[in-house]
Amino acid sequence: MAQIRVQNLRKDFGSFSAVKSSTFTVEDGEFFMLLGPSGCGKTTTLRMMAGLELPTSGEIYIGGEEVGMKRASQRDIAFVFQMFALYPHMNVRKNISYPLVSQGMKRAEVAARVADVARILKIENILDKPVGGLSGGDRQRVALGRAIVRNPKAFLMDEPLGALDAEFREHMAEELRALHDRMGATTVYVTHDQLEAMQMGDKIVVMNHGVVEQFGRPQQIYDWPATRFVAAFIGSPPMNFLEFEGSIAAGGSQVTLGGQGVQVPVSREGLSGKLTLGARPEHTRFDEHSALRGRVLATEYLGTTQIVTVRTDHGEIKSRIPSNQHARVGETVGLSFDARTLTLFDSLTGRALLSEANEGVLGHV
Amino acid sequence: MSSYSVAEPSGAQKLVAGALVILYACITSLPLLWIIATGFKSPSDAIAYPPKVIFEPTVEGYVNLFTTRTRMPQEQLDALGPPQTWYDKIVRKDGVIITGASRFAGRFYNSVIIGFGSTALCIVLGTAAAYAFSRFKVPFKDDLLFFILSTRMMPPIAVAIPIFLMFRQLGLSDTHAGLILLYTAVNLSLSVWLLKGFIDEIPVEYEEAALIDGYTRFQAFYKVVLPQAATGIASTAIFCLIFAWNEYAFAVLLTSGTAQTAPPFIPTIIGVSGQDWPAVAAGATIFLVPVMVFTILLRKHLLRGITFGAVRK
Ligand SMILES: Nc1ncnc2c1ncn2[C@@H]1O[C@H](COP(=O)(O)OP(=O)(O)OP(=O)(O)O)[C@@H](O)[C@H]1O
Ligand SMILES: [Mg+2]
Repeated sequence: MAQIRVQNLRKDFGSFSAVKSSTFTVEDGEFFMLLGPSGCGKTTTLRMMAGLELPTSGEIYIGGEEVGMKRASQRDIAFVFQMFALYPHMNVRKNISYPLVSQGMKRAEVAARVADVARILKIENILDKPVGGLSGGDRQRVALGRAIVRNPKAFLMDEPLGALDAEFREHMAEELRALHDRMGATTVYVTHDQLEAMQMGDKIVVMNHGVVEQFGRPQQIYDWPATRFVAAFIGSPPMNFLEFEGSIAAGGSQVTLGGQGVQVPVSREGLSGKLTLGARPEHTRFDEHSALRGRVLATEYLGTTQIVTVRTDHGEIKSRIPSNQHARVGETVGLSFDARTLTLFDSLTGRALLSEANEGVLGHV
Repeated sequence: MSSYSVAEPSGAQKLVAGALVILYACITSLPLLWIIATGFKSPSDAIAYPPKVIFEPTVEGYVNLFTTRTRMPQEQLDALGPPQTWYDKIVRKDGVIITGASRFAGRFYNSVIIGFGSTALCIVLGTAAAYAFSRFKVPFKDDLLFFILSTRMMPPIAVAIPIFLMFRQLGLSDTHAGLILLYTAVNLSLSVWLLKGFIDEIPVEYEEAALIDGYTRFQAFYKVVLPQAATGIASTAIFCLIFAWNEYAFAVLLTSGTAQTAPPFIPTIIGVSGQDWPAVAAGATIFLVPVMVFTILLRKHLLRGITFGAVRK
């Protein structure tokens, strides 16, 4: 097992840059999520780590060794493809043993290892079946088996659950995470599903348009997004954004929004101009005394909580409140925020301003 | 799952469809059966009018095909004593003795060498080219592919005269290598295009998986891509073989002796000792066998190959 470090990694396809200067570190034994919307360069990044694509510039270190220009076969990593890519002309046993055969391993040892893996994945009963007729879940397990049988330095997985139906995904996700915890293998997992990333990952890299937007633990990313994009991409419903013209001074802890003062965490930098105030729905509550008022547009019942959409002068704001709290469509309510949880963004760049609250998370960037 | 769905045909529809298929099969196989039958007729039965469907089978045609014979007066025949072998016996009753082997076996052998040789070469070159076109960035790829296809746009025989002159200059006339090269050149465009289609259909992830599993690019190609392209290779091979095997015009033009194939040879049998139709039919029958065997061996692949893409993998 090994640490993986990616440094200023870049990939151009002709004049198009799929990945622009990515930098992040996957610690030894971590379950690491590469998260972002479709086309943001996740697969390209992963393929460069695997050696299926050569970087235009930048370095990739696996276990301290620079491998950017090395062949895939020399990197000692395993890759799980979205469509599994099981060799269709071989049965399950052959598929799993194929990476071992390439190393010239003795037959008896190959058989023992395959048996081992089959036991771990509970696929002993299908070892001699052709891969063609297998169910999605079994294919997934065989693909995992082919990956773990070799004891590689790291696992790279490109949306490995993408081909499964929703019901089964969750089950497989749990299985995958359990398998990881048991083996402690460094794993890089690509997904565009933020829920999956939050549930499974030790750490998450959020990418957009080939750029790493943020890199950190799920909770950090959720609570203290580095950019407006991250704040909007993560969380469902996403963070509320209130755009306003105003200013904040370094050391200041209040902004004026529509003539009304709003408390925010003590800012570490000053900025005046177009600003955006970001507040998570669960930190937005009803407050009769607040001057920020609006009309309830809709309520969405979610069991113990409900999402209430309120139209205000600053746009629609969603609030997550307990379902037993009264909220009726059409009535006018006041809203206020939990001051310690707010984030201010520079509207022009989308960057979060450093504050007392988020500097622990964003300070190192 | 198919991409479209059809209702289960009714019994009557199945009956009509079956009848039509059988009728068509009969019509197309009739000439074939007639040739095979003629090979086992005596010369007089072969030209009998009205044509004989029931006849006494004899292998005289086959004996004539493989031998050269000479006619002898009866007293000399008597002096030779009784015929030694079964085939001597067959020809002796016509007042003829066998003087040696005919050239048919040699011509047939030439056909095998040239037909299978050019097919093999076509497949090897075609697969390599198709793989490169399918997987790699080739400069001017589309133009090159069009150029390759364009070599098939005129009938090959249109360039017969330049090829004839070229072959004479290069010393390729009447050589195995010459015809193998020519047939390969003619078939290669078809082979590249067909195979490229098949290889395009094979997801590139399989090779990438093999690369990651520790194999080299070449190993990934022949251990993972080739087995999956088997269907395409088989159907392409059949097309190439059928063309090379049946080709007549160039064979007549460019070969006369050592490298002559069976198609130009078989008609020359007619003149040897009168109109020996059974021998011609026997030659044609034997000539059919290799392609038939080859096609039957690969028929599963061929069927899958033709319907390729219609089936979800
Ligand atoms: N070989 C290639 N040639 C040209 N452009 C490419 C190539 N591979 C990827 N791209 C482009 O690079 C961008 C990033 O692609 P990539 O596959 O990494 O996205 P992704 O984040 O994995 O998206 P998805 O969630 O859809 O899989 C896309 O716009 C894609 O069109
Ligand atoms: Mg992708």
